Amino acid sequence: MQISFTLNGRPTTVEVEPATLVAELLREQLSLTGTHIGCDTSQCGACVVHLDGLPVKSCTLLVPALDGATLLTIEGLQGAPGSNRMHPMQEAFREHHGLQCGFCTPGMLMTAVALATEKPDLTEADVRHGLEGNICRCTGYQNIVVSVMAGAAAMNAAKGE
Amino acid sequence: MKPFAYHQPDQIPDAAKLLTSIEDSKLVAGGMTLIPTLKQRLANPPALIDLSKLGHLKGITDDGDSITVGAMTPHAQVAASKLVQTKIPGLAALASMIGDPAVRSRGTIGGSVANNDPAADYPAGVLGLGATIVTSTREIAADRFFLGLFETALQPGEIITAIRFPLPLKAGYAKFKAPASRYALVGVFVAKFADGVRVAVTGAGPGVFRVPPMEMALSENFDPSAIAAIKIDNDGLTSDIHAEADYRAHLVTVMAKRAVDAALS
Repeated sequence: MQISFTLNGRPTTVEVEPATLVAELLREQLSLTGTHIGCDTSQCGACVVHLDGLPVKSCTLLVPALDGATLLTIEGLQGAPGSNRMHPMQEAFREHHGLQCGFCTPGMLMTAVALATEKPDLTEADVRHGLEGNICRCTGYQNIVVSVMAGAAAMNAAKGE
Repeated sequence: MKPFAYHQPDQIPDAAKLLTSIEDSKLVAGGMTLIPTLKQRLANPPALIDLSKLGHLKGITDDGDSITVGAMTPHAQVAASKLVQTKIPGLAALASMIGDPAVRSRGTIGGSVANNDPAADYPAGVLGLGATIVTSTREIAADRFFLGLFETALQPGEIITAIRFPLPLKAGYAKFKAPASRYALVGVFVAKFADGVRVAVTGAGPGVFRVPPMEMALSENFDPSAIAAIKIDNDGLTSDIHAEADYRAHLVTVMAKRAVDAALS
C-alpha cells in the first residue's frame, strides 16, 4: 500500500506492505538508523518517535498509522532554526553525561522532549514516572534524570527568547 | 509478522460487516496488545480491520450525570481530561498509571476493555464504577460484560463504540504493579455511590471481580479501617512467577485500603 506522511518536516511517500512496523520502515527502507530497536517487545523505548507530536514506540506501530500523519524521529531533532546547534535536550544530555553506551539515547531524548513539551514545569518525580518505558541497560538513570530536568529548563528558556 | 490484508473502514456497519465476513479477522484499535501478539506469531489473522478512521469514536463527552468515553480514546487523553479529572479523578488517575507514556499515546479504552487482560487496569475501573459498555448493537452492564480470562460478552461482529461512566461521590484506584511490564500484580478500584460502594479487583485472578464483603463494610463506613481485617480467599487466585496466590490475596486488602485513601484525598 502507498502511505504519504510528513517525515521530519519533509513530505514523504512510501510503497510498503501493511504488515511492516514503522521501526522497520525507518531503518531498512528509509535508512534512518538513529531509531534503535533494543527489545522489539515494546519494553525498552529505544525506538520512540513522535507521531503527531505524541511519543510512540515505533516497533509497535504498523505503517498504515502514518498515513497523513506527521512523524518526527531523532534525525529531525534540532536546535533553533539557523542556529546550527543541537536541540536543548541533546545539549543537556551531553553537558550532564546523560549517556554511557548511547544505545538507549535516541529513545530517551524523544521521550524526554515529549515530557518537557507536555508539562513545562517537570518535577523529578514526573521525569522518573515519564521514563518508565525507557530502559538504560548501562543503568545510568541518575544522570539521565538530571539531563532531562536541565533540558526541560533549557527548552523553557529557549521558548522565552 | 506474516502478511495480512488491511482494511480501514470509516463506518461502523462496514467494520462489523468485514469482521463477520472475513474469518479470523481481527479489529485493531491502538494495537498495544495485538501488534506484539502478531510479532510473536501467536495470532496470524488474514486481515486487520483498523478502527482509527471511525473518528467519532474518539473523545470524551459530558452527559451531565455521566461521562461517555469513546472507544478509540487513548489513555493519555483520559488521563489529561479536565472533565474526567474533575468528575471522576480516580479514573483519570487509573489511566495515568497504564503502561508508559508511549503506550498511553496509542492504547485505547475500547481495546483494553474488549481484550479483558486479567491484569489490565481499565476493567477494574469499568467494573468498579458500574459503567455501561456501548456496542454497535446494544448496551451491556459491566457486571455482565467481563466473563473471565480474555473473555467478554461481546458477540461475533460486535464492536465497542463507547464506555459510559456514572458519576460516583468518590472513587480511587491503587495498584501494585509488576515492575517490568507495569501491569497490575493487583489493582483495586473503589467507588462510592449514594446507594452503596463497589470494589473491583484486577490482576489477582483470571479476570476482574468484585469483593462483596468489602463493599458492605465500606458502605457502612467509607474508611480504610473498615476493610483492614477483611482478607479474601486464596482459592482461584493466580499463582505465577510474579507472585503466589496468598501474596496476591494479601495485596488485595492492602490495595483496597490505598484505593479508599486515594478516593478520600
